[in-house]
Amino acid sequence: MTAAADLASSYELVVIGGGPAGLAAASLAARAGVSTALFDENPGVGGQIYRAITSTPVKDRAVLGEDYWDGAALADEAKASGALIVNGATVWSLDRQRLVGVSIGGKARVIEAGRVIIATGSQERPFPIPGWTLPGVMTVGAAQTVLKAQGLVVCERTVLAGSGPLLWLLAAQTLRAGGKIDAILDTTPRRNWLQAAVHLPDFALSPYFAKGLALLREVRARVPVHRVDRIEAVGADRVREVVFSSAGGTRRLPVDLLLLHQGVVPNVNLANAAGVTHVWNDRQLCFVPVLDADFGSSVPGIAVAGDGAGIAGGTAAAERGRIAAIAAVRALKPDAVVPDTQAIRQRLQREEMGRAFLDWLNRPADGFRMPEGETIACRCEEVTAQQVRETARMGCEGPNQMKAFLRCGMGPCQGRLCGLTVTELIAEERKATPDEVGYYRLRPPVKPITLAELASLPISEAERKAVER
Amino acid sequence: MVRTADVVVIGGGIHGCSTALHLALRGLKPILIEKDYAGRHASGVNAGGVRQLARDLQEIPLSISSMDIWECIEALVGDDCGFEAHGTVLVAESEAELAGFRERVDDLNLRGFGHEELIDAAELRRLVPAVSDRCPGGVVSRRDGAADPFRTTQAFRRRAVEKGAEVVEGVTVTGLFRSGANWRVETSAGVFEAPKVVNAAGAWADRIAAMLGEPVPLAVVAPMLMVTSRLPAFIKPVVILRGRKLSFKQLGNGTVVIGGGHLATPWRDSNETVLDWQKLAVSARTVWELFPAMHAATVVRAWAGIEAYMPDGIPVVGRSSTSEGVFHQFGFSTHGFQLGPGTGAVMAELVATGSTNTPIDGLGIERFLKK
Amino acid sequence: MFKRLAEKGPAIAITVDGKTVNAHAGDTVAAALLAAGIDHCRTTPVTGAPRAPYCLMGVCFDCLVTVDGVGSRQGCLIPVREGMKVETQLGRREAGR
Repeated sequence: MTAAADLASSYELVVIGGGPAGLAAASLAARAGVSTALFDENPGVGGQIYRAITSTPVKDRAVLGEDYWDGAALADEAKASGALIVNGATVWSLDRQRLVGVSIGGKARVIEAGRVIIATGSQERPFPIPGWTLPGVMTVGAAQTVLKAQGLVVCERTVLAGSGPLLWLLAAQTLRAGGKIDAILDTTPRRNWLQAAVHLPDFALSPYFAKGLALLREVRARVPVHRVDRIEAVGADRVREVVFSSAGGTRRLPVDLLLLHQGVVPNVNLANAAGVTHVWNDRQLCFVPVLDADFGSSVPGIAVAGDGAGIAGGTAAAERGRIAAIAAVRALKPDAVVPDTQAIRQRLQREEMGRAFLDWLNRPADGFRMPEGETIACRCEEVTAQQVRETARMGCEGPNQMKAFLRCGMGPCQGRLCGLTVTELIAEERKATPDEVGYYRLRPPVKPITLAELASLPISEAERKAVER
Repeated sequence: MVRTADVVVIGGGIHGCSTALHLALRGLKPILIEKDYAGRHASGVNAGGVRQLARDLQEIPLSISSMDIWECIEALVGDDCGFEAHGTVLVAESEAELAGFRERVDDLNLRGFGHEELIDAAELRRLVPAVSDRCPGGVVSRRDGAADPFRTTQAFRRRAVEKGAEVVEGVTVTGLFRSGANWRVETSAGVFEAPKVVNAAGAWADRIAAMLGEPVPLAVVAPMLMVTSRLPAFIKPVVILRGRKLSFKQLGNGTVVIGGGHLATPWRDSNETVLDWQKLAVSARTVWELFPAMHAATVVRAWAGIEAYMPDGIPVVGRSSTSEGVFHQFGFSTHGFQLGPGTGAVMAELVATGSTNTPIDGLGIERFLKK
Repeated sequence: MFKRLAEKGPAIAITVDGKTVNAHAGDTVAAALLAAGIDHCRTTPVTGAPRAPYCLMGVCFDCLVTVDGVGSRQGCLIPVREGMKVETQLGRREAGR
């Protein structure tokens, strides 16, 4: 177990995040002879898609599916590569000088990096419906996390709601594991098919097409699916029932667990705080970093690979990590032998094929992204959609000004669960584009650290002299 | 198209907005030009301290006239600006330090200023129960307090507009020329003309001064701040230190703002700052020693606002030495927030009437210009 | 809400607000709380509303708990250890207690 004190003061390459992109990048770079450290805040490597790949108690391979087990090779390869892989290591700061602030076991260090690859992946898109803060309302990704890492499977009265491939995958995995799902509330707007249909030929050629169809069939055979356009979680101290409506009327179901999901979006916090330029991607309805062909960002020496570069899935993430790592190796050690990027780029292209279809099909409806009234937009500071809308109408032009008025985005999650909502609400009220409105300017530490952790940073020579004097 | 006004104010910080408001209140028509948006830099992201305590003698008159405005800020701008007056306490960390404070307070008293008051260990403990018990006393300024900086700057901006000022944001001044009786202000969005100009451009004010042949040795600085998540209420006054760099205050919402002047690296052309965690760690250690219970508090955000620091640590307030009709109001050297309301009033008086009764003689730009 | 599959790691005992909870190796604090059927892990500092883990991937900060005396720890990122003391976090109660 690597402690903060064991870290070198600098590494040629620091990779942040141990999902497919980070693992592939670290192992490629380390094999090419680059001193590489990979920091990951989770107890084990794998990221979200291959979570707990080295430790999962779910031994029946059919439950999680063969795609999950693909991650084992990546983890093995990284372990054997010579890269230093540190789990339980939270990176809380990265700046344009490539100083990396990291905490391990309550002790902090600031490490110099020759190059940095941010591979912090994606997070689930905020799903601000009435009652989404109640205990018993969780994300689909959360249920999948405990299934993979702890072998916990949902039971009793469980309803899944939303859209996107992960929702159907978790449903299938739950059923295979012997869990029970009472209903799926499908929020995919019907008209999405019109925009998606033109991309169907590409999707039909992608590896996800057959898998996706099989998954849908598997789940639909055993779980009732309702198409809905409004969902509310109801209860006082916890969720007691879910109320949903469609053109056909309103229905209620008693629930113990309501699992929400409407796709994933890049986890932008670290890149944003490092000064990386982002732009709005209207197809994926999120901010994505501006990157070159090698996934290099606007900040010299900092690349963003994996789903953090725009959503494309786990296999694509690994290929992106490799491309970013090759660029890093070439910059650090021009004579090192690296794989041919052409072959990797071709594989990446095949993976990304069909993405347009999935993006357009699963684009969440406006009402599920831009709530109204008392629905909470900012969970940490409990700021409602109405407050955000009213403040925007009063003249507040952007999320950074909004922070000062309402404190939205100022809590511990630092805007991760409200940033997109607040941007889109302001844009809607002010009849501007999300790009014009912009996003929170994020400030380090991007993960809260205690004062004691900060105080534990090694005392610099200058400070020691000042005290002695 | 040339747009005209009575006064062009350059810079939308607390000073520019306050001056614009006070000009409008005097019946003049100001246009304020701001390169980003009002309160984007130091005025919006400073520690919010409203402090008369421990000020340079030259600034005390401006500070006192500002305090009179702070105490009825809502009547002026229509917003209480989050201002709460629980005093500022300068904590002595040793008997020797306390002796120095005693000399300062005695000197102020002789000069007729009574706002700083020496306190013993018992009064210190009463005001700041959480402070470490090795501190022997300190100085308090009881009318001092803290306000919400962005909200304050925005309130001045809003009221200025209500009173007839025009605020133009996202526009950069590119040139400043004499044009008959007027000043011609060239910008990224056209030309503005007015007989009077106020340079309140903060960390960028030296560029405006240079256009007038008044090069000033302005340092661009970015004092760092950090804030914790919400804690139970445990301290009311703002606490500052002399020997070590620290300012410390708990806001009404429970968060604790920690500052004190450790500097980040600023890039004023790209509006960026890079924090120095080694120095923030020094702040963390200082806080831990002074308030032992704080060690488990979590820091949720750290930042730095870009501003101007003058070599002598006090601002430039007064007429241009070269250009009739131009006035300077910048260089507040990391303690300008409290001075905003009063300095704006004084500046408006100076611009409108040609003179002011508030003594500002020591603050002129001449002091930096080669004889 | 959740049940454990048959395959699980060795038992590990932690306390939650003084009561013993049986967790298993490989659990995070948040997972152990969910498996034990605990309804909420904190109340918010703004309105005092109850909250339970929401995302379990380090993003939402709703699983904040006090672990061995240190407040505002992300329960979903911390593996359980024998004898670990977990406390639900009430409002602003994270320091200076």
